[in-house]
This record gives sequence, C-alpha cells and structure tokens, in this order.
Amino acid sequence: MNMGGATTDIKLIDENGRRIDGRRPDELRPLKIEAGVLKRADGSAYVEWGENKVLAAVYGPRECHPRHLQNPTRAIVQCNYNMASFSVSDRKKPGPDRRSQEISKIISEALEHVVFTHLFPRTSIDVYIEVLQANAGTRCAGLTAASVALADAGVPMKDMIASCASGKVADTIVLDLRNEEDNYGQADVPLGLVPRTGEIVLLQMDGDLSIEEFKKALTMSTEACYKISEVQKDALRRKYCVAPAEIPANMGDTIPAPPTEGVYEGNPQNDTANNQGGQ
Amino acid sequence: MHGTAAERPQGRANAPDGFVLCHSAGPRSAQEQKMSSMNETEDSKEECSRQDSERELVLPGDFITDGKFKAGSGTFMEDGKIYASTLGIKSMRSNFVNVVPLSGQYIPKVGDQVIGIVMDVGPSNWLVDINSPYPAPMHINEAPWRVDFGDTARFLNVGEAILARIFMVDEVKHVQVSMKEHGLRKIQGGQIVTISHSKVPRVIGRNGSMIQTIKNYTNCRIIVGQNGRIWVDGDAEAVANAVKAIKIIEDEAQSVGLTEKLKEFLEGTQKEKKV
Repeated sequence: MNMGGATTDIKLIDENGRRIDGRRPDELRPLKIEAGVLKRADGSAYVEWGENKVLAAVYGPRECHPRHLQNPTRAIVQCNYNMASFSVSDRKKPGPDRRSQEISKIISEALEHVVFTHLFPRTSIDVYIEVLQANAGTRCAGLTAASVALADAGVPMKDMIASCASGKVADTIVLDLRNEEDNYGQADVPLGLVPRTGEIVLLQMDGDLSIEEFKKALTMSTEACYKISEVQKDALRRKYCVAPAEIPANMGDTIPAPPTEGVYEGNPQNDTANNQGGQ
Repeated sequence: MHGTAAERPQGRANAPDGFVLCHSAGPRSAQEQKMSSMNETEDSKEECSRQDSERELVLPGDFITDGKFKAGSGTFMEDGKIYASTLGIKSMRSNFVNVVPLSGQYIPKVGDQVIGIVMDVGPSNWLVDINSPYPAPMHINEAPWRVDFGDTARFLNVGEAILARIFMVDEVKHVQVSMKEHGLRKIQGGQIVTISHSKVPRVIGRNGSMIQTIKNYTNCRIIVGQNGRIWVDGDAEAVANAVKAIKIIEDEAQSVGLTEKLKEFLEGTQKEKKV
C-alpha cells in the first residue's frame, strides 16, 4: 500500500512503534524559535524545527506597490515563500515555481485571517519566508515563523497562528512527518490553527485517509499546535522580557541560536561531520 | 556591564518615568535555561507577571480582562472579553485598557507634530514623506507663505525637510499636513535621525525630562517629531554626542536605570571635552 508510488525498504516504524528518528507517533521534532533576528526588517523570526531551518521577515504595513493591488478599505498580506537552492539535497532550481506559489498563497490567506487589516487601508504587509534547510513540513514551519515575525513587527492581530502537520506512515497516524516519512508515507495533512479560538486557517491533505484516520490526525496536530503556540510566545517573551542592559556582550554571537546543540545532542552524524573536518 | 544584581533594584526605583518592562531579576543562567524548552514556558510567564504586574508584557491574542473596562488602543473585544492585539505593555488607566506597542509603523494622527521630507512637488501641493505607510500632501494654502499656482518649487524642493502638523486624516487614511501655525517651518541645517516611533515617548521622557537632559548637556537644539524623526542642530561635536545619546535611548528603551546610564554617557563626553 503506498501513496505516491514511491516505495522503499526503509522500516518507517519499528517493532516497538518507534519511528526512524526514534520518536513516538505523537511526538514533535525539537522546535526552537528566535524572534527579532534581522535588523533591517520591521519584524523577523528564525525557526529550527527538526532539520528544518526557516527565516521569516516582515515589512510594513507599507505603501502598496503595484498600485492596482491596494485595497481602499484594508491592508493586503503578501507572502513570499522561497526555498534556497541549497535547502534540499538535490540543488533546487532557484526562483518561484508552482509549489512555492501555492504555499505563498495559502500562507498569506491564513495570515490575512488573523491580522487586523482594516486598520491599515491601502497598505501592504509583506512577509518573506526563506527556507534555508528543508526536511518536510516547511510550510508549517514557515507559517509558525511568519506569525512570530508579525508579532515582532508590532502588527495587530487576533492571535498568533501555530501550525503543524500530521499524516499516515506505514498504516499508523503520526505527528510532524520528517522527510522519509513524507516521501514514502501514505498521507500528509498540514494544519494552521488559531489557538485562542480553535479556528482552522490552513488545512490541506496529500494522500488518502479514512474519516476516522483524518479525525485522529487532526486531533493530534491540533494538540501539537497548542504546544507550538507556547514556544512562539516564549520566543517573543525572551526577546522583550530581558532588559537589554542584562544581555552579555557576547550575546550577539549566539543569535541565531547555534544549530546543533540541544537539537540532536550526541547524534553520531554530528560526530562524523566533525571527524571528517579533522581529516 | 552595568546593572549587577545588587544595583538593579535601586536603578529601577530611580527611573523617573518607570517605563520598565517586566524583566526577571534572576541570575543570567536562569534565563539561559529557559531558552526554547517547551515545558518551561510557564515559568517565564509567571516570573514576568510577578516581577512587574503593572508593566506586564502581553502578546497578540493574550487575554487581558473582562467586564468593567473599555478596550483601548492595542486591544480588541470579543464575547465581552478584552484581548491584546499587539505586542506591548499592558496599561490600565481609569476604565480603559491599553497596550503600549513596542514596535510598529507610525500611523498619522490629527494634531501630531511631525518632521517630513518633501518627496515630490506638484503645481499646487507638495508630497511629504512622514515616515509612515501613507504619504501626506500639503496644499499651497497650508504653507506659511503666499505661493502662486505652479510656483511651489521656489519655496520647497524635493529632499528638503519641514516641521509640520497632521491636520487631517480620513477613514481611508488620506493624510494632509499643514505648516500654518506658529513654530512650524522649513528645517535648515542640523541633522535628522530616525528612530522607531514607538520609542518617541521614551526619548521625550516624562514631561520632556529626557530630551531636556540631552539639551542641557550638549547645548543642541532638538525637535522630536511624533513620527520618529528627530532634528538635532548645534556644534558639530555636540550634535554627534546628542545623536549617540538618542541611539542609546532607542536601543535600551526597555532597560532599567536608563536615565542614569544616559547621564553617565553625557558626563563622559563633557569630560573628554575638557581634556
């Protein structure tokens, strides 16, 4: 039984019910968010989610160009999702393609739903999402980062969107798929949630699920979104709670946060990478 | 590094306008432990609110209060409950709840004094950039001079700065500025620095105390526009120091004991002068 025709002999779920990276089916990958990492942007956020690395920057509200796009009654949210050519193992051809256009569109529509656009008629709020490293679930990581960046930019909104995917791998419903699970799995369901009201602002499904399976997946990712929402809030509190006078001089070196520590501590891959460097 | 654990409480007490963000007085290491761990977010939240319940940080969507209060700026009401809409500091005054933003664009308000830069010259008006998403035209009737139709460029040209007042904003944010008031004029000489407009109240200080301190020490003429543009004029060296002082305020607007730190900096510049 398979989704996209891609088959593999990788055992996606082992006898103990553990996944290839050792997670339980309802476990998230390690998530790390840093707010306000870019100086030139009005607001920004950096997200490391498992092996995903995503940077989001927000400009505006600013004058809307081209002029014909501007709405006399409210602001528009323009999102630009872009994958770096080095973000995947085979070099990605740079520039917009069908996939990134689709993701840009759904993310701007999700964000438009929470931002108080009526306060800024005739303007545009520009959100740039740059995927530096991809390992499945970048649209969720992008939307999560974009929400933090919008809050950092001081844009008024109902709530910060949290986003997470779930899906079906080897006939099991799992949370937050990684690359192999996405490629050789049976279904992938990304979800964008407004945590305070429980509204769904993004929901897609790639693959097939029965109604029961779908409900289970949705419950799983909804719960995960509440956890993600806390990490988002924590990132902003960290940036704004600490009085700048308290931050040691070398603090600048650690922003963005070092990538490997705390994420995969003691991962043999890291060791081999270090050894190769030494040889 | 100033502000060791022993000095800090004192510094806070001395801060005149008390624009103190909720901030943990705990040791640095405690802060670091908090980084990015999911289950510890509750701790940081509690710590913040306990430290400074008056100056509590709120995030978009945070519940503030229900009943009795009216939703002011930076908040919204849903099902009789008031939530924060922007990231900022919660403030409850009489029967209003406001959130004082910590970032964001300048949105023009009628009566604001702003520093604008002429972007374009038309036959009967000038288009002025007021550091906001909305450009502000100024009609010749609103200029302090008698200007004939088509003669606008003789009075103000592209790139020149003016001190103006917002005299009209309509519901679709069409803005108009005016210079027809005592004290409003074309700005000549000096230097303009731009800061985030949300830091403007901090630069001015309570009853203008902060800006007065800079003026006293540097002997500069300073005008602060509500849109985050600040004009500084005077002796070249003094201007440089005043600009540095303003940057210090902008960078550390949230920190404790800022007034002391600023005075220390300004004292330092004066000593250098004598040597």
